[in-house]
Amino acid sequence: MPDGAAPVLDVRGLKTVFRTRGGEIHAVNSVSFHLKRGEVLGVVGESGSGKSVTMMSLIGLLPTPPAEVRAGTVMLDERDLLKISPEELRQVRGARIGFVFQDPMTSLNPVFTVGMQIMEPLREHMGMDKKQAETRAVELLELVGIPDARKRLKSYPHQFSGGMRQRVMIAIALACNPDVLIADEPTTALDVTIQAQILELVKELRKKLGMAIIWITHDLGVIANIADRVMVMYGGQVAEHGPVKELFADPRHPYTRALLKTIPSISGQREARLQVIEGQPPILNAAPTACPFRARCTHSHARCAAENPLRRAVDGTALGQGHDVACHWSPEAADA
Amino acid sequence: MRDLVKEPLVQVEDLKMHFPIYSGVLRRHTGDVKAVDGVSFSIQPGETLGLVGESGCGKSTVGRALLRLYEPTAGRVIIEGEDIATLDAETLRKKRPSMQMVFQDPQASLNPRMTLSAIISEPMVEHSTMSADERQARVFELMDAVGLNRRFANRYPHEFSGGQRQRIGIARALALNPKFIVCDEPIAALDVSIQAQVVNLLEDLQDKLGLTYLFISHDLSMVRHIADRVAVMYLGRIAELSPRDALYAQPLHPYAEALLSAVNEPDPNRARRERIILTGDVPSPANPPKGCTFCTRCPKVMDICRQDRPELAEVQPGRFVACHLYTKAAGSTGASEVYEPTQQGAN
Ligand SMILES: Nc1ncnc2c1ncn2[C@@H]1O[C@H](COP(=O)(O)OP(=O)(O)OP(=O)(O)O)[C@@H](O)[C@H]1O
Ligand SMILES: Nc1ncnc2c1ncn2[C@@H]1O[C@H](COP(=O)(O)OP(=O)(O)OP(=O)(O)O)[C@@H](O)[C@H]1O
Ligand SMILES: [Mg+2]
Ligand SMILES: [Mg+2]
Repeated sequence: MPDGAAPVLDVRGLKTVFRTRGGEIHAVNSVSFHLKRGEVLGVVGESGSGKSVTMMSLIGLLPTPPAEVRAGTVMLDERDLLKISPEELRQVRGARIGFVFQDPMTSLNPVFTVGMQIMEPLREHMGMDKKQAETRAVELLELVGIPDARKRLKSYPHQFSGGMRQRVMIAIALACNPDVLIADEPTTALDVTIQAQILELVKELRKKLGMAIIWITHDLGVIANIADRVMVMYGGQVAEHGPVKELFADPRHPYTRALLKTIPSISGQREARLQVIEGQPPILNAAPTACPFRARCTHSHARCAAENPLRRAVDGTALGQGHDVACHWSPEAADA
Repeated sequence: MRDLVKEPLVQVEDLKMHFPIYSGVLRRHTGDVKAVDGVSFSIQPGETLGLVGESGCGKSTVGRALLRLYEPTAGRVIIEGEDIATLDAETLRKKRPSMQMVFQDPQASLNPRMTLSAIISEPMVEHSTMSADERQARVFELMDAVGLNRRFANRYPHEFSGGQRQRIGIARALALNPKFIVCDEPIAALDVSIQAQVVNLLEDLQDKLGLTYLFISHDLSMVRHIADRVAVMYLGRIAELSPRDALYAQPLHPYAEALLSAVNEPDPNRARRERIILTGDVPSPANPPKGCTFCTRCPKVMDICRQDRPELAEVQPGRFVACHLYTKAAGSTGASEVYEPTQQGAN
């Protein structure tokens, strides 16, 4: 991608809060990122750090109440998705942004066949008739590696295995050749060979159609394989962001550094006990005034409790264009 | 593999689970999805057997049939000397607390109307005589163990993230101190640090209480870490069953080899090793190919593979493989003479 090309998706200062009986939960705090055509942004981060809620906020998929998107802009080309009408948003979701949910069983409707659920967006957004939609549905299922696709159209979701349901979700998301694909843990239930096949498919779509992709995953192996850039989230914020190779080679945030140490390896010495990051994730019951990671951080000092660190570039690029981190500490200062 | 002479805790013999297919307006029985089609293995007390394999190959079905959440079509499942497949309802109910399952789909297995605390204590209400206070204390203990903040005790499932929900399921499965747990993708939805925390917890419990696990997972690095032996399934059958180190050092079955070659190295700056990409038709369990079920995609396929189905046989001490490459007479007469078994193991 040429640098400076306008992003397809540009998210600035997104804040999402849940109002619950027990008070407010500040799940997403001033999250900003952008996505260019044909680019893959990997999103990683602790469980509960706000990855799913961030993405659901973008496209208006959170139930309100209890959720409330308090601030931010989400520009898709020239339009702010937080300002357009529900009807327009529905159009955008079907045709321009494809979404693969984290939990396939809850997002597939148990009373409709898999075929009906794939064909619906094709008929609604692509104007296909029943026969065309069926042909395309078979094609899509084959693309994601479901054997016997034509017969399987008549199955119900519970008759599919976990990984097959996940692939159905991917097929639905890809149905209308969206400009942006948001995939939330799309391959957790897939074995590595099928996962590899899906990753190849996604890379090809990116190349052929210029599809831009947000890929949320806990699997750093997948990130290493497909992402151009990585965004690391912690406690509802962006902790670190940067080009994939730089981020793996030179992680700056203590959370990222700890995260990279916890992965068991497939080769080499088998560790007796796996590394963990000690301590508990933050509760998020108020807007942050301090660094959310400080209680678990090995480098925290007085400033971390007094002031929530802003993202700062670490490689001399403009903020958001290169490698940046939200942390008061820096490895150089420690070495000196 | 701890002690081979001990009686296995779990012994599975020729387990089959077929789901009927009905079609037409009359809903006539026209065929079967052979989700599990003749699987045998055993698990020693205190052992962890890893179960890996392609998506849709029947892993969850094996796990469910083992705990009789499905009525198996055929075969025997002996747990602690009793054939689970034929127990009557009351005996089965009494046995339930000692065998538990962590489900692949956390959302679908948690009651949306119950608070976290109620979900975790439900099995204790059902199967124990603990007082309300004792139960609450145990709930907190379990929440600590799986890394859920105690302040979440009164929240409902939808108020949690995917990974948090998975941990509720794990806490619930542990509530009654079971002996045997089927862990179906217990860590897939968790971030690596919490994965590590949960796996460490499972290992600690195993050391302390001698728990036995069937650990179903796509994460081959984690399986390498936790399992003593690993069974690799393909289309309803076991392709290879080997001790962990032997399998990862040198997989024998061509499918196992392809599977291990596809693992992503978690570092973009490190060169990956040669990946074997499988081509050819992915068969359906409703209509498995004649001969070896892997013959349509196997890079080393021979003529005999399209004719005769290879049986799981011990080809090296402790290593069981269902592949004609390892039968002496491969390619000639089709008669499959194999290595004499040296010890009990696969069944
Ligand atoms: N409906 C809700 N009501 C209250 N809190 C919620 C609700 N949905 C999510 N949350 C909270 O918002 C936070 C962010 O959740 P989110 O689902 O975005 O996490 P995540 O990063 O996707 O985690 P995971 O990796 O486990 O999927 C969590 O702490 C969660 O408990
Ligand atoms: N209730 C059912 N009715 C009909 N077919 C079923 C049913 N449950 C599972 N199957 C089929 O049985 C096969 C094996 O499914 P299973 O869920 O055991 O696979 P799995 O190995 O756990 O896969 P995954 O890794 O994707 O979770 C699949 O082809 C699936 O479609
Ligand atoms: Mg999530
Ligand atoms: Mg499964």
